[in-house]
Amino acid sequence: MAASPAYGEEKGGSSSLGEPEYGHDPASGGIFSSDYKRWGQCGRRGRGRALPVWPPLQALAALLGGEAVPEPGPERHPMGTGTGTGMWMRMVMWIGIRKLLRQLPVGPAGWQKTPEGGDVAEEVTSPVLATEAGQPTCYSALRADELRPLAGAKPAVDTGTTGPPPRHDDLKEMLDSNKDSLKLEAMKRIVAMIARGKNASDLFPAVVKNVACKNIEVKKLVYVYLVRYAEEQQDLALLSISTFQRGLKDPNQLIRASALRVLSSIRVPIIVPIMMLAIKEAASDMSPYVRKTAAHAIPKLYSLDSDQKDQLIEVIEKLLADKTTLVAGSVVMAFEEVCPERIDLIHKNYRKLCNLLIDVEEWGQVVIINMLTRYARTQFLSPNQNGLTCQQESLLEENTEKAFYGSEEEDAKDAKAEAASLAKRKPYVMDPDHRLLLRNTKPLLQSRNAAVVMAVAQLYFHLAPKAEVGVIAKALVRLLRSHSEVQYVVLQNVATMSIKRRGMFEPYLKSFYIRSTDPTQIKILKLEVLTNLANETNISTILREFQTYIRSMDKDFVAATIQAIGRCATNIGKVRDTCLNGLVQLLSNRDELVVAESVVVIKKLLQMQPAQHSEIIKHMAKLTDNIQVPMARASILWLIGEYCEHVPKIAPDVLRKMAKSFTNEEDIVKLQVINLAAKLYLTNSKQSKLLTQYVLNLAKYDQNYDIRDRARFIRQLIVPTEKSGALNKYAKKLFLAQKPAPILESSFKDRDHFQLGSLSHLLNAKAVGYQELPDWPDEAPDPSVRNVEVPEWTKCTSREKRKEKVEKPFYSDSEGESGPTESADSEPESGSEENSSSSSSGSSSSGTEEEEEEEEDSGEQSEDKEEEEKRPKRKDKEGSHKAILGSAGSPSEEEEEEEGAKKAKKKAPQGRKGHAETSSEEASTSESSSSGSDSGSEAEAKQRKVPPRSKASPKEISLLDLDDFTPPPPQPIPSSSIISTSLVTDLEGLTLTDTSLTPTLLSPAFSAVKTYELLHRMAGEGLAVEYCFSRRPFPGDPHMVAVQIQISNNTDTEVKNLRVNEPKPLSGMRIQEFPEIECLAPGDTATVVMGIDFCDSTQAANFQLCTHTRQFYVSIQPPVGELMAPVFMSENEFKKEQGKLMGMSEITEKLTLPEKCRSDHTIVQQVTSAANVGRVPCGASNEYRFAAKTVTSGSLVLITLERREGSTAQLTINSEKMVIGTMLVKDIIQALAQ
Amino acid sequence: MIHSLFLINCSGDIFLEKHWKSVVSQSVCDYFFEAQEKAIDVENVPPVISTPHHYLISIYRDKIFFVSVIQTEVPPLFVIEFLHRVADTFQDYFGECSETAIKDNVVIVYELLEEMLDNGFPLATESNILKELIKPPTILRSVVNSITGSSNVGDTLPTGQLSNIPWRRAGVKYTNNEAYFDVVEEIDAIIDKSGSTVFAEIQGVIDSCIKLSGMPDLSLSFMNPRLLDDVSFHPCIRFKRWESERVLSFIPPDGNFRLISYRVSSQNLVAIPVYVKHMISFKENTSSGRFDVTIGPKQNMGKTVEGVVMTVHMPKAVLNMNLTATQGSYTFDPVTKVLTWDVGKITPQKLPNLKGIVNLQSGAPKPEENPSLNIQFKIQQLAISGLKVNRLDMYGEKYKPFKGVKYITKAGKFQVRT
Repeated sequence: MAASPAYGEEKGGSSSLGEPEYGHDPASGGIFSSDYKRWGQCGRRGRGRALPVWPPLQALAALLGGEAVPEPGPERHPMGTGTGTGMWMRMVMWIGIRKLLRQLPVGPAGWQKTPEGGDVAEEVTSPVLATEAGQPTCYSALRADELRPLAGAKPAVDTGTTGPPPRHDDLKEMLDSNKDSLKLEAMKRIVAMIARGKNASDLFPAVVKNVACKNIEVKKLVYVYLVRYAEEQQDLALLSISTFQRGLKDPNQLIRASALRVLSSIRVPIIVPIMMLAIKEAASDMSPYVRKTAAHAIPKLYSLDSDQKDQLIEVIEKLLADKTTLVAGSVVMAFEEVCPERIDLIHKNYRKLCNLLIDVEEWGQVVIINMLTRYARTQFLSPNQNGLTCQQESLLEENTEKAFYGSEEEDAKDAKAEAASLAKRKPYVMDPDHRLLLRNTKPLLQSRNAAVVMAVAQLYFHLAPKAEVGVIAKALVRLLRSHSEVQYVVLQNVATMSIKRRGMFEPYLKSFYIRSTDPTQIKILKLEVLTNLANETNISTILREFQTYIRSMDKDFVAATIQAIGRCATNIGKVRDTCLNGLVQLLSNRDELVVAESVVVIKKLLQMQPAQHSEIIKHMAKLTDNIQVPMARASILWLIGEYCEHVPKIAPDVLRKMAKSFTNEEDIVKLQVINLAAKLYLTNSKQSKLLTQYVLNLAKYDQNYDIRDRARFIRQLIVPTEKSGALNKYAKKLFLAQKPAPILESSFKDRDHFQLGSLSHLLNAKAVGYQELPDWPDEAPDPSVRNVEVPEWTKCTSREKRKEKVEKPFYSDSEGESGPTESADSEPESGSEENSSSSSSGSSSSGTEEEEEEEEDSGEQSEDKEEEEKRPKRKDKEGSHKAILGSAGSPSEEEEEEEGAKKAKKKAPQGRKGHAETSSEEASTSESSSSGSDSGSEAEAKQRKVPPRSKASPKEISLLDLDDFTPPPPQPIPSSSIISTSLVTDLEGLTLTDTSLTPTLLSPAFSAVKTYELLHRMAGEGLAVEYCFSRRPFPGDPHMVAVQIQISNNTDTEVKNLRVNEPKPLSGMRIQEFPEIECLAPGDTATVVMGIDFCDSTQAANFQLCTHTRQFYVSIQPPVGELMAPVFMSENEFKKEQGKLMGMSEITEKLTLPEKCRSDHTIVQQVTSAANVGRVPCGASNEYRFAAKTVTSGSLVLITLERREGSTAQLTINSEKMVIGTMLVKDIIQALAQ
Repeated sequence: MIHSLFLINCSGDIFLEKHWKSVVSQSVCDYFFEAQEKAIDVENVPPVISTPHHYLISIYRDKIFFVSVIQTEVPPLFVIEFLHRVADTFQDYFGECSETAIKDNVVIVYELLEEMLDNGFPLATESNILKELIKPPTILRSVVNSITGSSNVGDTLPTGQLSNIPWRRAGVKYTNNEAYFDVVEEIDAIIDKSGSTVFAEIQGVIDSCIKLSGMPDLSLSFMNPRLLDDVSFHPCIRFKRWESERVLSFIPPDGNFRLISYRVSSQNLVAIPVYVKHMISFKENTSSGRFDVTIGPKQNMGKTVEGVVMTVHMPKAVLNMNLTATQGSYTFDPVTKVLTWDVGKITPQKLPNLKGIVNLQSGAPKPEENPSLNIQFKIQQLAISGLKVNRLDMYGEKYKPFKGVKYITKAGKFQVRT
């Protein structure tokens, strides 16, 4: 490498290669020329280094000179990695040369003599063709670029053109061509430019056109480009958006995911709404991978527009509930970036996260563990308060250092306080969730990923009972074998931990021994750990180790060792003398740094017990002649001044010497000289008076104002004058007061208030975005917030199913939990009462529909390749989880119950179980004997007699109450229902007063229930299906309309596996299938209930009804009257609400009542049969009022029927839902006209 | 999390940059250069540097600094571990992780970095997934690509990302089904002047090369699993199985990978296979010194110690060394002051010896400390801890694989203080 050119030259020489390195200006600097410089070995950031001779230049010169083509073997190839074959290399070389020649505006005479001369001439005219012919690889192309500047560099060749043409024309041309290979080539070159930090933004229009390119690699590279430059060219970037939007709809999950990934990476604020939509959609995608991508996109959007926070939190909440391992890590990462303060979002997912943890990918594990550490600190009690753990702690932690420094009284006080607080505390019991976390993270200490191990280690350090923290030591020591950067971080953390928990690392003391080959920063950290670990038993070993270190060649390390010895000496009284002697010996060391460091440490040690060490002080006084290190000189002077009484003869002499050299000393030494002088003046004024005055005079005219100030101040203090007076008397006290010895502390002390393993801990300063590790709460917050409402009934129609359920992931049912619990309670009884014509097996089956859904879920998962491999692990987890939940009792109980119901044994066991059974049986028997009218009331009466189940939870009780209140539905028999309806409505009118302000949702008033045909016997090949709207609230979901389905098997074979398949609800519509009917014997009938959320529209719900052999497409279309549920309100309320719903929301129609339909009774009956409404009491005799709420949206529907004279009447309906209103008017009029 | 990545070579050129969020100017690296200058030695550059607006976390691998730019709190090990994973991936793809290799494959490097991180959060780091996405370059492929115009980017969609065993790609097929395990143990030791052991422990790894078709489920058991004191696992290993039965049960990744690494408890006495006799002294006045080192084997169950290399960092004052070796050859680099003696095999009959004069800088004080000797050696077909693989069983596939186990003992950080 030649000598470096001068700075100015480099900048000025436009014709030379020396362009400023940082110039990105394509017009003047030139992308290729600067490329070339980057690739070359020019100096760091291009300053003051010369350029290398480019090897191919010589080859080229040879070529141009008309010689035959050389054999450019790999070794001549500038970038040759030696992997290419000779033939290949030659080819590549030639392509490069051709390209190069193209750049020469006028070819020298010689080149046409080369064998390929003809070709070259052609290529000069059509550069694009030339590349086509060559098909160069990426890396040959790069070379061609690099050769280019040579054209400019050779003034002989360059004939007057003002420099190369605009840079990227050829690239643009290649991008515009319709050949993928050319595009790819161009894109590769562009990406290479980006990689080197070159500006390629002017190519944006040309590149963005290729965003829809078919070739995958081109596409990927275009994405790379787009993500890099979109921010700068926002308008143009918008052109590409539609491509991604299309991609979001692709049937392939991977394409959807990658489209979302790029779309969200384009940092263009305009598309925020599009991104938001895309994220929302992707968050409910079928594919977990797309959901994962959605989680990744959340922080991107958040950083682009933080106003979206609320919406994003919703998405995060949704994704947190996701039960796949793929999503968990990413969504927690999003949580940490967007809303780390919303710890409440974690409650419901806490157990799931704990259980999934081991299967999450490594990076996700780190994030989750760190988050859970914080979570646990807010939710659980400290495990280290209990008396037992305290004892263990004292075993682990020795109090040697405390014993020395802290006065004994203090200790005693501490102990008392501790005892007192112990007495107050209740015995500590660890929250099972706390335990769950500790247990599930422990295996991860075995991870190969150092970050995971560290995360677990910090979790244990911050959360585990002291007795258990020890397990992490082994894993951390293992990490010390890893890369030096890993060692560095781990040692920092170990240093902090070893202060608090010394016992933990003591067995591994030797692992911290230092090798001469360790980097200095590692050595110093190891030293820190060794010092922290030192105690009375191991100090001799450690000191012996230190002895070897002191002779090291690494002087920084030696200095650190001396300090470490000092710390050991202060902490462990036993060895103080030994250490001091050793350090004194070091004073004769040849290395000044070592001596200086020793002096400083000795000074600190002597301060503790000065009296015995006048010898050492004398020895040190001698050192002032030799030692030059200011800190050391200052320390010696201070020592002599402080203990001048112990060395009365030497001290004035030292001052004399120092006074002599005063002007040449460093400031810090001068200050100590003044100090020394003052102290001597006070103790020994006879000998030192003059010297002191001399020194003070020198200091008075010193350049440093600190020194001048100090001199002035001291003079006033010690030399008695008329003015100073009072202070003078105390001078001695001021200067010769007993000074407390310095405490040699580890710099890692108290660093653990930062979460270990964090960046903030490493830097010992709060980093941006650091989440404070909260203190333990005094009172544990309610642990029940973490209870996930796991469906408690696990009723199945067969045992096999149960087993299957055990095998699938436990948490797969976390959706819609709130509903199932209710259904679990209400279903058995209502089922048994309601299914008058059903067999007893039907009743129990209705409870399992939720389960059906779960099975479906697990099926879906296995599609997503969540298969058997993980099963065993899951099983374990599940087992453990069950135990924790403590709800383990309920499934077995329910199982019992189910079996009881199934076998339908006559003998009734105790409790409600028996009652339910008998009542169902009785209901069915009475039904079969078709003593219709009685059955309902009879069942009801029975129900009343039954005392509430003792085990029932509060929720259940309320439901029972409701059932008590509501007459059971004897639906197919109109006669009974008429009575009950009117009875109920009348009663309601009486009991309720005007004071009730909020409309209460009532159980429906029943009237004639109309059955509709779902599947005709003929169409269904002997299977007949009818349905009716039972008008009962659907147990699973209050927004669903309960549809009772009655299936009768008219064939002569068994129908098996009767179930709903592939519901294809319209947007927003939801279907809750009924549980599969395993088997229906010939001639048998089964009744089941399914729930449909019609979204307040009369659109039909379509689904398939499947048997083991056939599928039937069926649809259920609800009459508008069934889309609502009755509401009870007082007259006043009714009027008030009606007043709100005037104008547009009011529909009035006149009608004529037919002859037979003029009695109150009939009118009410007809209206309630047409619509599921409740009657509202009314003062006027010729007016009838009804009220209801739509099931989905809960909008009020108020009906008023006013009878005029004769047969005319006026019907008014007030409702926000105008469509429902109009349809309802029609229906009611039709019903009344009948 | 990770904002940007800069690759910097030893002479301070930033030869590659990649940004995952908005662009961070190269000038941020000046803080790094500052720290680098201060540190003198490359090893002493602090891995974490705090700057006014960013944090720089760097690793040093194969003469390249990987400097990542961080803006917010992140576990430093997370970044360090990831950067090493990146370097490993380059190594895996290009055979070496050097500046030239990266420059030659800059597009592939870029594609890899793009896939490995999404918005600064690791996305695909498993080598098997990456290889599905982006095919590693081979000579054959680059020739074929140049002719057919096809590319390195895989055209099949990477289904591995979707699976819950992401380390294994689907549809693996081999004609010869083989599974090899290399049990490699390293002895870390510090021997003091008198030849007694200050500290010794055994660190072992099992590296596997598994080329099996389909989805094999393997279980590997040891004769004496209790030896293993502390074990870290590849994610494919079922932890529960190990806890309860001490059997390694796993569905292996395809190709080469590290199955476990372990430590044999330091409480056990470690048999040190070699001893070193040394006599190094510097004379105060003559500016010369004597150097005499002999290496000999201790009894090693009949195995020979081979590949013995001794490196010594001599004190700064040493100018030159005139030595004679009875075996092997030695070199002394007067710039770095490193003496390397390549001994080769030790035969107990004739012990290798290196002896001669050390020339010191005249006038300089004699070095206080004798340099410590770093020894490397290798013993084939021996696991020094006595660990033995018992059997390998395969489930889930029909064919009979070829199974092989190899044992090697090496010196790890083996240092003799003098």
